[in-house]
Amino acid sequence: MAEVIDQPHVRLEMLSQARFLAAARAMISNLAQRLGFNEIHSGQISLAVDEALCNIINHGYEKRPDGRIWVSVWALEDHKQPTIKIIIEDRAKQVDPQVIRSRDLEDVRPGGLGVYIIREVMEDVRYEKREGGGMRLSMCKRLPSGAQTTQENQRAGSTPSRSAAEEDNQ
Amino acid sequence: MNDADYIEIKTRIVDGTTILSPMGEIDLSRAPSLRTHISAVQAKRPRRLIIDLTAVPYMDSSGVATLIEAMQTARRSGGKLVLCALQEKVRSIFEIARLETVFTIVNTTDEGLTV
Repeated sequence: MAEVIDQPHVRLEMLSQARFLAAARAMISNLAQRLGFNEIHSGQISLAVDEALCNIINHGYEKRPDGRIWVSVWALEDHKQPTIKIIIEDRAKQVDPQVIRSRDLEDVRPGGLGVYIIREVMEDVRYEKREGGGMRLSMCKRLPSGAQTTQENQRAGSTPSRSAAEEDNQ
Repeated sequence: MNDADYIEIKTRIVDGTTILSPMGEIDLSRAPSLRTHISAVQAKRPRRLIIDLTAVPYMDSSGVATLIEAMQTARRSGGKLVLCALQEKVRSIFEIARLETVFTIVNTTDEGLTV
């Protein structure tokens, strides 16, 4: 992934309240589709962002409603592949990035799926402590080569097949 | 809970089976509303409970957690929980979390009445 040196192309600042998740999802999903990701991939990218925001609201800010969260997005090209780069930052409590792990899926129980979903859906996922407090999550998603894009779907007048999404999740 | 956190849920009973049909996206904001509704229904120990997801275009892991909890409650009381009519994005999260074989998932409520 090329280094991101410029200011974000899009930036959303939100309060740590679950009722604003839908707005963040809509922004990410729309932008991803404009970059060429099909509906399923765009949905998965916005799901990953949703899960990251949920974790910040629930665990970082411990459901305090007055915390701040910043979602920064870049529309890039990585080796000529359209790529969406997302950085999510907060001023919530810091945790050792090493302890942020996916849970065992064999253990079927409510909760704890968020980090697994983020790592499964996105690429180059990295958690780190921010200087001055809070956490930073960086992640990206490259447009899968050979995957049917939004534009191709529109030209074909059809919806994308699920197999492309399934293959991408392997 | 304010309006943005409330999810409308239609309830009907067919041949002794309770069918719940939530309407709208289910995320961290709305999952508690769904959980409250399902808990109230499960307190009556229904033999079979169908969650009809026809009108749910999106669900995150908060919604999934609510359904796992409901499934475990149903199993403890000897009942059955059936999910029905998952839209593509909703099915996607079940596949990512490898839960599609953990739940009983059918295409229609009619099919749900027979499993």
